[in-house]
Amino acid sequence: MSAKRPLEVVGQPRRRVDARAKVTGQTLFADDLSMPRMLHCKLLRSPHPHAIIEAIDISRAAAYPGVKLVLTGKDFPVPFGIMPVSQDEYPLAPERVRYVGDSVAAVIARDEKTAEEALLLIEVTYRALPTISSPEEGLAQPMPRIHDYGEQGNIHRNQSYEFGDVEAALANSDHVFEDLFFYEGDTHMALEQQASLASIDGDGKLTLATSAQNPHYLHRQLSLVLQMPASQIRVIAVQNGGGFGGKCDPAGHEMVVSKAALMLGRPVKICLTRQEVFYQHRGRHPVLMKFRTGVTKDGKLTAMHLQTLLDGGAYGSHGPASTFYTGVLTPVTYELPRFKFDACRVFTNKPACGPKRGHGTPQPRFGQEVQLDKIAEKLGLDPAEMRLNMATKANSLTSNWLGIGSNGLAECIRQVVERSGWKDKHGKLPEGRGIGIAASTYMCGAGVSIYWNKMPHSGVQLLLDRSGQVTVFCGATEVGQGSDDVLASIIAEVLGISTSQIRCVTGDTGITPIDLGSYSSRVTIMMGNAAMQAASRVRELITAAVIEPLETTPEQVVMSQGRVFAADDPNKGMSFVEAVVLAETKFGTLGTVGNYSPPKPPGKFKGSGVGPSPAYSFSACVVETEVDVATGLIHIEKVWIAHDIGQSINPVHVRGQVIGGVYMGLGEALMEEQVFRRLPAKLSNALVHKIPSLLEYKTLTSADMPEVEVMLIEEPDPNCPFGAKEAGQGPLLPVMPAVANAIWDAVGVRIDEVPITPDKVLRALKLKRAGKNPRVGPEYFPDVPYPEPVFVLPPGEGGDGKESKKLESMPANSLAEVSTS
Amino acid sequence: MSVVTDKEVQRRVHMTLQVNGEEIEVSFAPYKTLLEVLREDLGLTGTKHGCELGECGACAVLIDGEPLLSCLTLAVECEGRAIETIEGLAQGTQLHPLQEAFADLGGAQCGYCTPGAVMTAKALLDKEPSPTSQQIKEAMSGNLCRCTGYQQIVESVEKAATCCRSAERGAA
Amino acid sequence: MMRLPWFNYRSPKSVAEAARILAAEGRDAMLIAGGTDLLPNMKRRQQTPATLVSLRQVGGLKDVVNGRGLTLGAGLTLSEVVNTPALKDSCGYRALHQAAAQVASPHLRNMGTLGGNLCLDTRCLYYNQNEDWRRAIDFCMKCNGETCWVATSSKRCMAVSSTDTAPALISLGAKVRLVSAAGDRELELNDLYQNDGTEYLTRQPDEILTAVSLPDLSGWKSTYWKLRRRGSFDFPILGVAAAVRAAPDGTVLDARIVLGAVSSRPLMTEAGGLLLGGKLTDEAIAAAGKKATSAAKPLDNTDLDLYWRKDVVSSFVGYALREIRGDDMSATRLRIMRQL
Repeated sequence: MSAKRPLEVVGQPRRRVDARAKVTGQTLFADDLSMPRMLHCKLLRSPHPHAIIEAIDISRAAAYPGVKLVLTGKDFPVPFGIMPVSQDEYPLAPERVRYVGDSVAAVIARDEKTAEEALLLIEVTYRALPTISSPEEGLAQPMPRIHDYGEQGNIHRNQSYEFGDVEAALANSDHVFEDLFFYEGDTHMALEQQASLASIDGDGKLTLATSAQNPHYLHRQLSLVLQMPASQIRVIAVQNGGGFGGKCDPAGHEMVVSKAALMLGRPVKICLTRQEVFYQHRGRHPVLMKFRTGVTKDGKLTAMHLQTLLDGGAYGSHGPASTFYTGVLTPVTYELPRFKFDACRVFTNKPACGPKRGHGTPQPRFGQEVQLDKIAEKLGLDPAEMRLNMATKANSLTSNWLGIGSNGLAECIRQVVERSGWKDKHGKLPEGRGIGIAASTYMCGAGVSIYWNKMPHSGVQLLLDRSGQVTVFCGATEVGQGSDDVLASIIAEVLGISTSQIRCVTGDTGITPIDLGSYSSRVTIMMGNAAMQAASRVRELITAAVIEPLETTPEQVVMSQGRVFAADDPNKGMSFVEAVVLAETKFGTLGTVGNYSPPKPPGKFKGSGVGPSPAYSFSACVVETEVDVATGLIHIEKVWIAHDIGQSINPVHVRGQVIGGVYMGLGEALMEEQVFRRLPAKLSNALVHKIPSLLEYKTLTSADMPEVEVMLIEEPDPNCPFGAKEAGQGPLLPVMPAVANAIWDAVGVRIDEVPITPDKVLRALKLKRAGKNPRVGPEYFPDVPYPEPVFVLPPGEGGDGKESKKLESMPANSLAEVSTS
Repeated sequence: MSVVTDKEVQRRVHMTLQVNGEEIEVSFAPYKTLLEVLREDLGLTGTKHGCELGECGACAVLIDGEPLLSCLTLAVECEGRAIETIEGLAQGTQLHPLQEAFADLGGAQCGYCTPGAVMTAKALLDKEPSPTSQQIKEAMSGNLCRCTGYQQIVESVEKAATCCRSAERGAA
Repeated sequence: MMRLPWFNYRSPKSVAEAARILAAEGRDAMLIAGGTDLLPNMKRRQQTPATLVSLRQVGGLKDVVNGRGLTLGAGLTLSEVVNTPALKDSCGYRALHQAAAQVASPHLRNMGTLGGNLCLDTRCLYYNQNEDWRRAIDFCMKCNGETCWVATSSKRCMAVSSTDTAPALISLGAKVRLVSAAGDRELELNDLYQNDGTEYLTRQPDEILTAVSLPDLSGWKSTYWKLRRRGSFDFPILGVAAAVRAAPDGTVLDARIVLGAVSSRPLMTEAGGLLLGGKLTDEAIAAAGKKATSAAKPLDNTDLDLYWRKDVVSSFVGYALREIRGDDMSATRLRIMRQL
């Protein structure tokens, strides 16, 4: 225990700890690594979207000068997958390819060019199979199955949850709105192409240095695929050149170079081409959505029935979680007394979808926020005011049993409304100009690990010595978001030193305690809490060592600005280094650990593990736009965004994350799409990625990026280190619907799908001029065989968080009780 | 594709390149671009690659003071030209004002586009010491960044321009 | 890393020497200037010349001769073209300045040349792909395949002319000089192109485009408007170049409206003819827009919806002609093209 003092590091705008290396080009990314005797690997990829591999002849390739090894599917008998329930991938396809780009063979050669030349000498005989290009096709065409597992036919996951009797509540609502939305798939497009370097250490162990967000999960999967004890494998997550979810899945190429290094006893490197990165994908699922939402006449939600249909691509990936995420966070933003949620993920012959920034939640967020805008319009309410009136509250439970702690949503809405001049603009700007609002929620880390266990989610180890140096070890992974800086900042704050005194050793399964990885916005809070604990334990040791010379009590000891002193007599003190020397003298070698596990989630039904989080962040966004009525061209004037961060660890980088989220959100709103082309069936079986290049996969350039004004709302959350919540994902979420709503305000057309392109706007404008419904969006939701729902009573209706029997008819008056509870 | 096996064609090229003010002798396979030679034959991995097709700007370096893409520059065409890469920007341990500003203002997040962006900005400031934000956005529009949303990059360049100008005044 | 195939590299010092090499090597040799078009195509194995004949060391290709009219060396980079004072300051040549300033990105303009942009390979989303991607569709008519996937019954390749400077220069009445070992010739730039995605140039493989000459355009006003998704990198999905000579009272004496990126060649439209003898009234501009629209034949092989691309031709012709009329279009220009 020691004395309280104002924050000195946390909350101060600072140069991040790894900035100098980045601006000097010293940061080493995976493809920057090289080793003596290093060999290079290239993969042969399938030209067919769906086919049986009948034969592979590698003899010519193996004999090509400079080639050291050729691997095929038979070298990898064990499948893998990020989720225990979807072990459906092979490093090299053994008998069947499932999309154009599925890897079939690998050549390891003296240089990359030789390997590439030898690929052309591999002869593969394929037998083409019918292909599935969309979930609608997958539902209609159960055979042939893309995988032999899953729910039925080509349905991978199919589920339904109902929290309270939704039909009864809808029947009692003043209005029920039914809307369809579609969210096109898009991809992470981290600027760094994935690379991996496998080598055999002097002691015979395998080391894999790789572009990876989650080295721990990769470590487990490598052990499985290589049939080797995990203790013989070390995975180093090298600094990542951006992740955004694209480097979360263990990837086949990582297994291939590891195997090759083990077989050859030499280092083997691979770097994916940009096209291969598009094939690796694991990006945003295309999702078709149907919302049936009940409201009271004054604009409060009564119930919602949400149905989603996900295009999963060819493999499971994070799909089971993604499927949940298209629904579970919906009730966290606005009070929603009853909620039913059906979701179905279908396999298709395209690169696998997975987690991208916002993982599964931007799609329903888009739908709900646009629908709310329509509801406000219909009820004659101000869309901002309506949102404010039903924003969820701090310390509340949602209908689907998610516990909300701190909640700055209302303040976010108030701030963007005020800063943007919303009240003077909404509905009042001249034709062609408009303003739109949306809000959102995101989680600060998943409450449950990807594989079931009761061990910590994050571990931190601290090592100090008489030189005063502080080394912190943690498995957390730097993907550019600043996790090393968060780690150093928290230790520095607790110990009253500067971040420059700390050395971070992170993301290395060989030497760092386990942290589950950089996904689900978990690092600041989980690693941060573990770091707090480790640092506090060191502080206690130092405190115990200095009270005698300082002639004070533990409660009076202050550690601040590199000094340790007594609060009641600040002149009596010593340097941090002197204090460490005393501590090392008293206790011996100084080291502590800290760890963190999230609290148990309130829900107790099967499936309640997806959605709970120790804390939720909130955001609100206003977009002002100008739309040309002759061409439909959209120009974004300005974006205002308020984000409930709890507490900024480093405001420079919180703001950077927020603006970066807005940027990516604008890309998804206006142009980004991972789309495919199917050639005429009578001429070709082809089903190819339409635009696997940085030129044609459109993202905003600096010339296209509007000004973003950022407001940070700081209401510290008690579950978070210094109250700090996430910033990496949440701020993306409200951007797309705010754009759509601004376009409505500008020219009175509804584009109920993203991306919102000028041709769609012009098409809607033409409908408007013709007196028709001025809307472009999905027209039809297919008949999905959703299962009977798992029924759970919401907290407000006396539920206990467990699955229960649905009563035949809920009393009609229960609705009023719910909405006032 | 026909595989050329003519040994004459595949013979390595030997030449002297001028990189960051130093003459460096290097031999390399003649198909290589400057990007490949910098990274693979000279060990200068500060220059990055994101597409190798001229679609991202990660590989931008200065050649005779102009920001060019090293992925589309044949190494055999670089003899006698002054090549500047990110490794040569700092003076000893003293960072260039652009590097200071990118580090302080969040101009670098993951850092992957940073070398190309910083070198491009250097060429801009060498030509135009007081650029408007519109000029900066235009000059940087060939450098894709996936993290920052560009705003903090533009702010970093503005700050560096101010620092460069006051350093000039101080020196005068 | 995408890598180039093997090639022989030749570096002649003069046009004559380069022409001799081309004559000797035949179709296996290709010229390389800036390399911004050829090298990506080589990396994707769309073009695999056995020999590259570099124009870098060839003298005289960057000459600018400002006399009666203006002659520009084909080896000028696009940035050098943008910074040529005679273009920047002239109302008549303005279209070329604007077109060059909007090609690709700043870095690519520092590398790519005027001659290279005029000879730019036609583009198509079925063609500008890696070799293994193209294998997945069994290739296409333009390279190694049989079918034009854009229009499967088409007898010719439908790849799109994607040069920005060609429509601008055609509207300005430019001529180009072609030199070969057999001699040299000058031809109207408009005649350099033909409407075939594969054989899109009338230039012979042994000819070198050395210079572009522009007539004296005093009394003319010209402009170039480009449609692309982003303010950088992207090739045009519509280019509108307009050049007009008007009497002091505003009566149009000459007018040319040329469209880019809506066909396999830059398209001289008949819309200019409609304007002759009248003034640039809103009605006349609308009529010209309509006429130009009917000439545009966009297909589903570039960015954005093809019907929409046709729909907006009229608007873009309108922007161009209103700018020539003297309307202040700077806000629209900045909004659409992200630059002035």
